[in-house]
Amino acid sequence: MAEMSGAEAFIKALEREGVETLFGVPGGAVIPICDALYDADIRFVLARHEQGAAHMADGYARASGRVGVCLATSGPGATNLITGLATANIDSSPVVAFTGQVPTSMIGTDAFQEVDIIGVTASITKHNIQVQRAREIPYAVKAAFYIASTGRRGVVLVDLPKDAQTNVEEMEFPEHIEFKGYSPNVEPDPRELDRAATLLAKAEKPIILAGGGVIASNACGELLELAELLMAPVATTLMGKGAIPSGHPLHIGMCGMHGTWEANHLVSEADVLLAIGSRFSDRTTGRVEEFTEARIIHIDIDPSEFDKNVEASLRVRGDAKLALRGLIERLRHISRRSGEGWMRRLEELREQRRRMEEEERGEGVKPPDLMKALRRLLPKEAIVTTEVGQCQMWAALHFDVYAPRTFLSSGGLGTMGWGFPAAIGAKAAKPEVPVVDIAGDGSFGMTENNLATAVEEELPVIVIILNNRVLGMVAQWQRLFYGRRYFGVHLGGSPDFVKLAEAYGAIGVRPGSMEEFEEAVKVGMESEAATVIDVPIDPEENVFPMVPPGRGLREILVED
Amino acid sequence: MTPLSTIAFIVENRPGVLFKVSNMFRRRGYNIESISVGPLMDRSLARMTVTIEADGRVLRNLIEQLRGMVEVLRVKHLNPRRTVVREMALVKLNTTDPMAREEALRLVNSHHGLILDIDEDYIVAEITGSPGEIDSFLREAESIGIVELSRTGATALEKGELKL
Repeated sequence: MAEMSGAEAFIKALEREGVETLFGVPGGAVIPICDALYDADIRFVLARHEQGAAHMADGYARASGRVGVCLATSGPGATNLITGLATANIDSSPVVAFTGQVPTSMIGTDAFQEVDIIGVTASITKHNIQVQRAREIPYAVKAAFYIASTGRRGVVLVDLPKDAQTNVEEMEFPEHIEFKGYSPNVEPDPRELDRAATLLAKAEKPIILAGGGVIASNACGELLELAELLMAPVATTLMGKGAIPSGHPLHIGMCGMHGTWEANHLVSEADVLLAIGSRFSDRTTGRVEEFTEARIIHIDIDPSEFDKNVEASLRVRGDAKLALRGLIERLRHISRRSGEGWMRRLEELREQRRRMEEEERGEGVKPPDLMKALRRLLPKEAIVTTEVGQCQMWAALHFDVYAPRTFLSSGGLGTMGWGFPAAIGAKAAKPEVPVVDIAGDGSFGMTENNLATAVEEELPVIVIILNNRVLGMVAQWQRLFYGRRYFGVHLGGSPDFVKLAEAYGAIGVRPGSMEEFEEAVKVGMESEAATVIDVPIDPEENVFPMVPPGRGLREILVED
Repeated sequence: MTPLSTIAFIVENRPGVLFKVSNMFRRRGYNIESISVGPLMDRSLARMTVTIEADGRVLRNLIEQLRGMVEVLRVKHLNPRRTVVREMALVKLNTTDPMAREEALRLVNSHHGLILDIDEDYIVAEITGSPGEIDSFLREAESIGIVELSRTGATALEKGELKL
């Protein structure tokens, strides 16, 4: 027991959780915390808007697997975090957010910069807590890290009234914390595994759908082992990209609205589909009634995902790694693997796709070629983040990934402006590897002010803007499904991104050819300042393949 | 019409928990038919009973959503055949007309209700029973003239050794 202020206890509690980096923006209701940080050994990364701070914490968490932490003041500081928290939570990224709050005596009076952030964030956090007095702070911090980083990971927000920060009390720092209503119970039921193994052993056309849960539980080795054991092709969701290395013979890429030719067909045609750590988002399933003929085995750590979007034949609640190990144990000695016909079908589809790609090859610098060139230049451990829209889908389809946690994207929320601050957060977590944000001009414009943070904090990320001067994905939908009635998509007023970068003290380059693009990436990798590479592309360019909204996965378009 | 299901669950008894639970129902698009809440013998806990139009897959998912909440300790869908469900209604009836008064007293009596207050023009009655029994009382009382009505929502316990 020691006597100290709530703010001092807060810092001590963070240090006990091993927090090294805090992303945030200060304000009136967190000045006591800033004062305590003054003497602490915690890096404070100052964002220019709280949304950026939340995305940085999210990028940090996804790249490292550790909890990302952000701090904002009360009122507008807290509400500015919201997009960032919603983005992290829906993608099960472990983030803890701390917000200042007006003193407890003033709560409910509509005091200056008072917002009911507990009420506001209830449906976009895994849990949230408002501290009532100083000595609760160590418990609240312990609880927040415990809940955010266990079970299905997610966001926990802790609201800290100013008097709780300033009051001095006897403090106790708990080693462990328990909640009667929370057991991240992750050991799968052996009987459920038996049933799943029996069904898989009988499958002639098995397929695996790997979601973000495989990466979250560090189960990629087990995934590969099981896939090879069953000879089951592995499709991924956007969040699962990286769970199996691109280029592995069983890797068939992403399934869904912008899924690959192979993945969408094989998912539809399979007889048993093993989904691991996926919540069957509508972007993954297409028209859900036509998703697949297969019997579905659904493994998930969060049983509230069972039957939510797609009804499974078998459900296994548990951690992906433990569940996969259990299946491998049970299937290690099976004599029968997927039929040869199934592998032939995979090869046939792969060949069809290659032929279609050959035919499409046109003039000029095409986004898929940029993705492939970028891949050749970057080391395998480099981290790529994406913005949202066409740039994201080009990256998902054409940028190969060899390791988990090296491809980071806002999947569930589809948050434009996420990729750049997330890249800064990832770079803070992994300063030794190149970090590249694959952006569009629309997305980058939403959070470009984070260039100030990247420069000041010496976090030299590379931003590649696929600049088509439109909100590309909306324009693509208007082109394909709304008779080219373009509305609200032209970005004529965008700044010169090269000059913008230079204005912030970053490097700006506008390559005119593939050679100049490659040169620019190399410059960016060597540079100690952030680099913005502005690549003009054709605004008429579409992302294919595409399943039109509301259609089944097999109704896949490869050209307009 | 989707049948009504009864779910009982134990929650932490502290401020904000009712909000979080009801917010989850709202967010997932479930419509609460009735909800009743009260503390347990251990007053740090409370028991909630919710009746809701849901069954099958939707109901299963709802229960898992509740189970996933940190503030919720235990959840159970109560099997109607093994559960007693009771609700209380306070009903104010206009009984200025002596015939109406006589009819009201007879009706309350026949439903094993209690007369809690009586004056020249009104009586306040308490009716306890299954939600269906209360509905049937109210249908009959409508012809007398219901001035005001307050229902508690259903509360429920399982029979025999069954326990939440």
